Amino acid sequence: MNRLTTVLSSLRDRRKKALALFLTAGYPEADSTPGLVLSLSAAGADVIEIGMPFSDPLADGPVIQQSSAIALQNGVTIARTLDAIRTIRKTSSVPLVLMGYINPILSYGSDRFFRDAASSGVDGLILPELTLEESVRFKAEISRSGLAQILLVAPTTPEERVIAIDAASSGFLYCVSTTGVTGSAGKGTPDEFLTRVKNCAKRNPVLVGFGISTPEGARHAALLSDGVIIGSALIRRLTEGEAIGSIISWVGSIRDALSTRVPSGI
Amino acid sequence: MTLEKKESTLSWPDGRGYFGAYGGQFVPETLVPALRELELMYESARNDPAFQEEYLRLLNDFAGRPTPLTFAGRLTGHYGRGKVYLKREDLCHTGAHKINNTVGQILLAMRSGKKRIIAETGAGQHGVATATVAAKMGLECCVYMGEEDVARQQLNVRRMEMLGATVVTVRSGSRTLKDATSEAIRDWVSSVEDTFYIIGSVVGPHPYPLMVRDFQSVIGKETSAQIEKAEGKAPDHLLACVGGGSNAIGLFHPFLGTRAIMTGVEAAGEGLDTGRHAATLTKGRPGVLHGSLSYLLQDANGQVQLAHSISAGLDYPGVGPEHSALKDSGRVRYVSVTDAEALEAARLISRLEGIIPALETAHALAYLETLMRETANEDVVVVSLSGRGDKDMETYSAHSV
Repeated sequence: MNRLTTVLSSLRDRRKKALALFLTAGYPEADSTPGLVLSLSAAGADVIEIGMPFSDPLADGPVIQQSSAIALQNGVTIARTLDAIRTIRKTSSVPLVLMGYINPILSYGSDRFFRDAASSGVDGLILPELTLEESVRFKAEISRSGLAQILLVAPTTPEERVIAIDAASSGFLYCVSTTGVTGSAGKGTPDEFLTRVKNCAKRNPVLVGFGISTPEGARHAALLSDGVIIGSALIRRLTEGEAIGSIISWVGSIRDALSTRVPSGI
Repeated sequence: MTLEKKESTLSWPDGRGYFGAYGGQFVPETLVPALRELELMYESARNDPAFQEEYLRLLNDFAGRPTPLTFAGRLTGHYGRGKVYLKREDLCHTGAHKINNTVGQILLAMRSGKKRIIAETGAGQHGVATATVAAKMGLECCVYMGEEDVARQQLNVRRMEMLGATVVTVRSGSRTLKDATSEAIRDWVSSVEDTFYIIGSVVGPHPYPLMVRDFQSVIGKETSAQIEKAEGKAPDHLLACVGGGSNAIGLFHPFLGTRAIMTGVEAAGEGLDTGRHAATLTKGRPGVLHGSLSYLLQDANGQVQLAHSISAGLDYPGVGPEHSALKDSGRVRYVSVTDAEALEAARLISRLEGIIPALETAHALAYLETLMRETANEDVVVVSLSGRGDKDMETYSAHSV
């Protein structure tokens, strides 16, 4: 069992919700990532997702698009991202998940990438363009590397497909809470959708992402899932130059909101 | 990554949308159910005589088909050998072949019941063709266009607006077709439940490369009958420009099973060695952009490189997956011509044939300089005259063409 699976099942056993935070590798500065990961982990993040920047991030909204463009200007590559992971692993065992578009991975060499990621200390992969059908071509390679392959479900995904995606996923199931790109505000409540996903996905913990930006939003999404993923809201704070101390207390407020005991019946 | 077994070019794509090793569906999960629905809807429309009849009726009564096949007598005289024919897609309603595809896709949109249309556009020809059919069917239309293209194709921006479409200026990345396409996809991810995305070339996720090819194949089918009547034989050479590659596939596809020699012409921009070009098949390597696996202009780290062409319609770092497969199989050869060569060809055709071609089309015409040297006297050469040049008058004037 890798660090990701261990941490998520331990949270589940203790009936606690997971908090995953997203960072763009090499943003805001080329060498920012290791320090940020350690601070966020200490502030209460259970999992850190690290986005590998791509020139054409078509699943991302403006906030992450801009952070990716700056990271590329900072000279970030897959090789440098894996260097940062090795630096983090010298002092931390926080579960690390790499998120990225497929083309830089194909260019690096997919088999080599899976092996290097695993040996650098990565626990799982989220590749949003890799649908259930296209993921088949990498299944053997990824499984050999020991990395978790985290697939996504969306509000448009039919029930039988949620079941199939859950069956093909490991680590957790990434539940895209709204029909939109990263950071987009939700259209109404996703309660019915989250309930449907939880009922269909019996194999993996379900983490909800896209458009969650406040402690209240996080708490609400976590009521019907196993945890939340926050990306754009964190990147926006980094972009605005917010002090790390202030970001840490914001993360703490989300952690607290997730830990609040919830009256039954909701 | 395992490559698919090579099969006959005629049977492409397979059930998963692959043309040999290229194609597929690399999209966010949100879009997968919509693409599945589109696949099924298109499959049923493809086999439905009522749909095909409606499509042909609109092509004939609205789009102005069939288009003529014009013998280019003075141009043939200029080269002193072979026989050059021009397939006149410039005479289609809206001025380019793009309408062949938008007529087909708008009928699918009507079947889907979705009320809003989105599209991406480079030169603006696909945007105009989409705005046109959306107006005709009474559907809301939104077209994404890069800021640089908005500036260099003002006439088409005005046409889209007059047709009632909203033109969204895209300011991210290259500010050309690549980023217009990314923004259109982002819109679709957010609006897929009530929006139909009309893609303008044989690019994007399955089933778009298949659908657009089928709708554009009317070019080659008409050519086949027309050249048979004029010359009593099949053409020896087919020539077309390739950006995404829709007019080229439309001309080539019905002839894949013949002996015709096919040449696709990409934009070499300022020169293949300058790094400022759009010659994807000549200088790129396989990669994934905008939903499919195909040749792609990219750097050593797999980041997409900016394309460059004087022609907005060819200014794209990707290419349709079927072209990638046809390149690898050797069935079609892909060459390139520079901005300067295209401008010179535009002047030549205007003076010799009384046709001002689009800048995109001028690339295909420029390659005649090379091709005609290889032809025998009796060889019949058909060039896809994919669009007319009205939209490019400012560029032509600026270069004193």
